[in-house]
Amino acid sequence: MKKIEVENLRIAYGGKEALKGVTFDVRENEVLAIIGPAQSGKTSLLRALNRTIEFTAGATVAGTIKVDGEDVRRARNVSDLRRKIGMVAPLPVGLPMTIFDNVAFAPRMAGMRDQQRLAEIVERSLRQAALWDEVKDRLDTLGTKLSGGQQQRLTIARALSHDPEILCLDEFSIAIDPVTTMRIEEALRELRSRMTILLVTNLTQQARRLADRTMFLWDGDLIEIDRNEVIFSDRPADDRTRDYVQGVFG
Amino acid sequence: MNATSPARNRFVKTDHVRRKERRERAAQFALGAMALLLILPLGLIVGYLFYKAFPILSFDFLFEVPTRGMRAGGIWPALLGTIYLVLLSLAMATPIGVLAAVYLNEYAQEGWMTRIVHLAVVNLAGVPSIVHALFGLGAFVVFAGVGRSILAASLTLAIMTLPVIIASTKEALSAVPRTFREACWNVGATRWQTIRHIVLPNSISGILTGVILQVSRTAGETAPVMFTGAVFYKAIEKGDLLAYGLFDQCMALSMHLFTLSTQVPDVPEALPYGTAVVLLATVLSVNALAIGFRVVLRSRKKW
Repeated sequence: MKKIEVENLRIAYGGKEALKGVTFDVRENEVLAIIGPAQSGKTSLLRALNRTIEFTAGATVAGTIKVDGEDVRRARNVSDLRRKIGMVAPLPVGLPMTIFDNVAFAPRMAGMRDQQRLAEIVERSLRQAALWDEVKDRLDTLGTKLSGGQQQRLTIARALSHDPEILCLDEFSIAIDPVTTMRIEEALRELRSRMTILLVTNLTQQARRLADRTMFLWDGDLIEIDRNEVIFSDRPADDRTRDYVQGVFG
Repeated sequence: MNATSPARNRFVKTDHVRRKERRERAAQFALGAMALLLILPLGLIVGYLFYKAFPILSFDFLFEVPTRGMRAGGIWPALLGTIYLVLLSLAMATPIGVLAAVYLNEYAQEGWMTRIVHLAVVNLAGVPSIVHALFGLGAFVVFAGVGRSILAASLTLAIMTLPVIIASTKEALSAVPRTFREACWNVGATRWQTIRHIVLPNSISGILTGVILQVSRTAGETAPVMFTGAVFYKAIEKGDLLAYGLFDQCMALSMHLFTLSTQVPDVPEALPYGTAVVLLATVLSVNALAIGFRVVLRSRKKW
């Protein structure tokens, strides 16, 4: 079953095109890796998906993105759409509040007041993000005082707190150490049965480890999307894909 | 340096190094001296004022009304008038300025409209106070029919401080990292929820500091209040806190200082200096409050 359908998606900032008409779809409970060099349109794609691109002045989006068959740009409730999608940014963002409040932020903004339920959500989310054991005794300390790797897991816990059906990770490992990266990858393997995961990454090996399929973007064009066995074989459909994943350039 | 044996000479002070060190010391001394020089004028002003005003400074001086044609007595009507003007004008300028700044910083998209608003703010801040005074006279006193009054003077001062409050508030708001906002939007928080729960709580100290610093400016301005509501003399009771009504004229410290120094013959020297000390003390203590805020802000910084 198709979870996300993207058709002829074009994104431009002012006159500069970031995505030049890409078409693909993502199946339910699939892990799709998106690789490609800087400026290839990976982040723009995620931001168009949850419509936070609307906060960037001068950004224009054409084409359609459907989630569960519904055009995101016709979504009646943007907040509901965004809660359906968990979003993790490249750099960890601990909000200037306690660890508990960081994770309880999303449900609270959605109107939840029940302390018992909030506590359950916080524990579940922190466990899923592999951070619970480290912080369970100091949930009332500032989230911004955690280490970088812990803050990134806190960010992931916050993205999981609103029970998303799709989890988007945008180069989550660029600011953290390899050990933490491995712990998060482990956590993602646990989550893949429950949600659809979009993984933007600069590490081709990470895409190879985690994804079912991989999509290669290059300068705003979709070069190739296929199962990992094909993308990481000696004979992907496009030579540029082979060169990129084998480290000939990029 | 001796090219044949660099290893041996590496840590030896050559003439070149010694020259560099001398210049370094000279530069540090000269720059430091200039920085210290900054303290001098402030010390001289405060010291001189206190020296001249010392004979007259007392609590009675604060709470008494002027007597014998302004040649004796205290400054209560002027002090109270300044307090009224400052509080009223900031009460009007703060909400408008802060809300406008929130809109400009958080909502407004870059476009010709925001550029015009920005231009207006910058230029309004650059208008000399005497021009504000004339505008206040024409717009509030004459055209709106408010008459020369505390209300008209406060409105004029409010318009004068508005652009500065907008600018300082925008600065405080933009000190909150954009990544915080994006994290909030990503979990489905609306713009207003983001402002209410993240942006404002983390910028409120900076906003207040900006507003408080405007107290000293409104308290010190002479021209705007002279044109629109302050008078030479106004008879009120000693120590009466509720002496002025909204449509009354009032005295003000800045104007009082001006009249004592230039308009009244045979004023004892200590009187204008005493007034100046009170004005300065008011302004400095309010500034100290702003500094206190900033210290608290820094100590509670959460990221």
